[in-house]
Amino acid sequence: MIRIALAALAGVFLSLTAPLPTHAQQTDGPDLQSILQDNSELVANASRRTVQEVLDILVDSRLPEVPAFLTAWQARALYQRESDGLFVYVEDPDADALTLIDITSGEGLGTATSREVRQLRPNRGVQSVIGATLVGFQLASDDPAVRLGALDAIEDDPEERHLAALEDLVATETDPDVLERAELLLPALVIAFSDDDAPRVEAIRSLAGNISLTARRTLNPLLTTRTEFAETLPENANIARELSPGSDLLSVADAYDMLVADGLAPALIPRSDQVATLAANIVDGEVGGVPVATLNTESARDRAYAALVEAGIAPPAPTEADIAQSLGRFVFFEVYNERSAAVTSTARETLDGIETRVGFYRFLDLSLDGISLASIYFLAAIGLAITFGVMGVINMAHGEFIMIGAYTGYLVQTLVPNETASLAIAIPLAFIVTFMAGVAMERLVIRWLYHRPLETLLATFGISIALQQIVRLIFGALTQPLTPPDWMAGSVALNDVVSISSIRVAIFILAVLFFFALWLILNRTRLGLEVRAVTQNPAMAASMGINPDRINMLTFGLGSGIAGIAGVAIGLFAQVVPDMGSNYIVQSFMTVVVGGVGNIFGTLVGASIIGAFQKFVEWLNPTNTLAAQTYMIIFVILFIQFRPRGIIALRGRAAGD
Amino acid sequence: MGNSIFVRNRSVPIFIGVLALVALAVTFLSPAYGTGAVSVSFTKILGMTLCLCLAALAMDLVWGYCGILSLGHFAFFGLGGYMIGMWLMTARTEAVIRANLAESPIPPTEGEVSQATALQIFSVVGAEDWPWMWAVSDSLILSLLLVMLVPGLLALVFGWLAFRSRVTGVYLSILTQAMTLALSLYLFQNDTGLRGNNGLSGLQNIPGADAIGQERLSVWFFWASALALGLGYVGAAWLVSGKFGSIVRGIRDDELRVRFLGYPVEVYKLVVFTVSAMICGVAGALYYPQAGIINPDEIAPIASIYLAVWVAIGGRGRLYGAVIGAAAVSLLSTWFTSGRAPNVDLGFYEINWIDWWPVLLGLGFVLVTLFAPRGLAGLFDYLVRKEDT
Repeated sequence: MIRIALAALAGVFLSLTAPLPTHAQQTDGPDLQSILQDNSELVANASRRTVQEVLDILVDSRLPEVPAFLTAWQARALYQRESDGLFVYVEDPDADALTLIDITSGEGLGTATSREVRQLRPNRGVQSVIGATLVGFQLASDDPAVRLGALDAIEDDPEERHLAALEDLVATETDPDVLERAELLLPALVIAFSDDDAPRVEAIRSLAGNISLTARRTLNPLLTTRTEFAETLPENANIARELSPGSDLLSVADAYDMLVADGLAPALIPRSDQVATLAANIVDGEVGGVPVATLNTESARDRAYAALVEAGIAPPAPTEADIAQSLGRFVFFEVYNERSAAVTSTARETLDGIETRVGFYRFLDLSLDGISLASIYFLAAIGLAITFGVMGVINMAHGEFIMIGAYTGYLVQTLVPNETASLAIAIPLAFIVTFMAGVAMERLVIRWLYHRPLETLLATFGISIALQQIVRLIFGALTQPLTPPDWMAGSVALNDVVSISSIRVAIFILAVLFFFALWLILNRTRLGLEVRAVTQNPAMAASMGINPDRINMLTFGLGSGIAGIAGVAIGLFAQVVPDMGSNYIVQSFMTVVVGGVGNIFGTLVGASIIGAFQKFVEWLNPTNTLAAQTYMIIFVILFIQFRPRGIIALRGRAAGD
Repeated sequence: MGNSIFVRNRSVPIFIGVLALVALAVTFLSPAYGTGAVSVSFTKILGMTLCLCLAALAMDLVWGYCGILSLGHFAFFGLGGYMIGMWLMTARTEAVIRANLAESPIPPTEGEVSQATALQIFSVVGAEDWPWMWAVSDSLILSLLLVMLVPGLLALVFGWLAFRSRVTGVYLSILTQAMTLALSLYLFQNDTGLRGNNGLSGLQNIPGADAIGQERLSVWFFWASALALGLGYVGAAWLVSGKFGSIVRGIRDDELRVRFLGYPVEVYKLVVFTVSAMICGVAGALYYPQAGIINPDEIAPIASIYLAVWVAIGGRGRLYGAVIGAAAVSLLSTWFTSGRAPNVDLGFYEINWIDWWPVLLGLGFVLVTLFAPRGLAGLFDYLVRKEDT
């Protein structure tokens, strides 16, 4: 493992050291080893305070092997031979006999046991100082990736001496990615380390409208405040605002505690301490003349305590009036940790502008989330839109068809390890499996119940619990993995605010495909024509030579098969468990009902409305998705009041009853 | 009137007689008052079964007689349980807190007791104050009123909204299902004041009844459940007899025709729906002290579907059918899932009923719907060869 890491480090430094040899060959000074030997003590027992000295010497030497050396030192890959104090690298630190390597030439220096060499273990502080020096080298590298890495390091741990290097980089950089990062980082460093207000204000202004996290991370610390108090408002402090005790921002208790902490007011005596004092002074069943048995009200306790205070036994507790008077002597205010008012006001202004833009992008992000949720609802409900919406059959086992689809996907994946290939097999297979299941169910049960829709509900519910239990018996109750292919694993990000996972994009595309495919089937094919005919008037359709039995069977199979495909898609991001279907069944029915029974376009609209509404509620109260679902259902219940037939209601004869 | 119902509907005296016999039998077999052949836990199961029968009766009123397939009736059942549960928990916890604080040298103030009780009850969801909905939880009488009022009010508002806009048939079923789902999701939240998914627990400890013991309490609750079921049966029989009952059945059979005859269909439906919700509330309030715990899972949509299925299996449209269905299916479920049913060895596979019971149950639903649309009670018709309703 370490060996691989070292190899990687070496790889990086080949590219680092490459531009430097020209300097090196001109240098006639001492070589690396002798510089180190001169400062042997500083290197071997480096401390955060002293290591800079030797680092400066090394940088000044301009030796080409310095970056590689610093990297190894920082990574604790540098060793010192006990016998002569020579600094060396080691080929494989885990081997029994360590092969020593010269730090300049890379040649072997023979072997040693682990007792004969000492590994140098710079502590975290030293490592970070070394890292800061390395950054200088890295910024000068030819490889943009290394320069980006250096910028990362600066961002993690900015130091004043990076400022100049960064300014040089911004002036000379040609790679657009690196330049963008550097230009974002430069203001942060200027703001943090510049002594003068003018360049800092300028730097803040340069961040205007920049919604990246870095920009906001740069500006937010400038606006941090602390709460202080004084007898009068100080003139020279950078005051954010005055606070009055008892407001939302500063409670009376907190304000008073601040006074107490500075010894400016007598401490409050908590109720519990008062009671303890009372309990400690019970004499003959009385406290201060008040019988103990009557001490079960606050006023009796106050009287007893007052009596104790009068007797000089207990310290007086400050009254409300005392507290108000103490607070009245002082003003409380928030003061910026940043001293310069120009900087804070510019930062506030800039940040407000950024927040407005961020708000806009948040809305965009939320809309994407809403669309993605709508696609999921649509996928789950689209099969139902056919069986329930078009045929009027209440299939409570619809959720179980989704579940069977997901388990088909899981089974295929156990047989075909390649995720993309298994998905390509699973989708048609899930359709076939659930199509067959749907046809079987229609033939055996549902066709006997077409004139008793409420009883279909009960029969299919029975099938639903039986299917769930059978799957539980076969696969167990635990979650089975259905892993999405790698290309679905990432996310598509527009900027730091707006991003959406690839899998959701895929589901959105699938939902759109489903919509068009079904629309085509129902409106542009012979089967669709026959389906619509049978739905509207089975007897008339039959007299036209259509076999209603066959059409009902195929329609139900189609709806079930689509539920199966939806199951594969849902299984990719949700948990594949035997009762996963019940999570979708009620929502699916609501989606179909809201959209309007009898057409898939209604389902699309219904899913969009429900998805958008739920995300909107989540936006109002982001911590609570359960509340969002609750309000979504209440919304649906109320919505049905106003449009009992859904948004896209069929009119005239097609509506039937 | 009360007398005539016994004459007009022969099932009422028979049912009351059978119920009384069962109650007597359980009493004489119970550990507290008889031989002890029936254990305390089984007495509780029988008492709970009677409560479920009462809920099924209420379900039969709306579905069997009025044609409204409500898939959310367990919401009312659960609400009744929650209403009584709040009082049970408050009173019980307060008693414990008082007992603890009694040892402190200074007697506690009412405020301290209330605060400590609230902390004890709500610390599990990270709160320490009384939520508004517990305002009357210290009063048994008000809590008992809420047992009826809250389910009734929910049914009234929901029914008014739904019936007014003529939502019928499967749409109404889906809406009621959505209602119970919304309620259970709402209760699942920790910050809504009813302890989130922890629910209310320790309900079997009746405040002030520690000295009585669970042996006798279980029989008392059984009697109370039997009494409630008996009263519910008589009340329901009275409601569905006479003109009111005829109109309600008319709505079930042809709503439009009844409307055109000039009857305010919505009002009749609303009355039946609300009354049935209140009966469910009472059933729940008797059920959960015997069960000991209530949580939002109880009112998940599936529970209400089971309720409908019991009524369907028993035979809807006749009150004893609902009771028979609920009692038969829930007792069979208990028997099969408790591991008492003997496993069936097929040679190559051993059927373990704990695992296979749901499959059998599900297929049973299908078979009953397909081949016995009038349910188990329909079998009586073959025996008597006579229409009962």
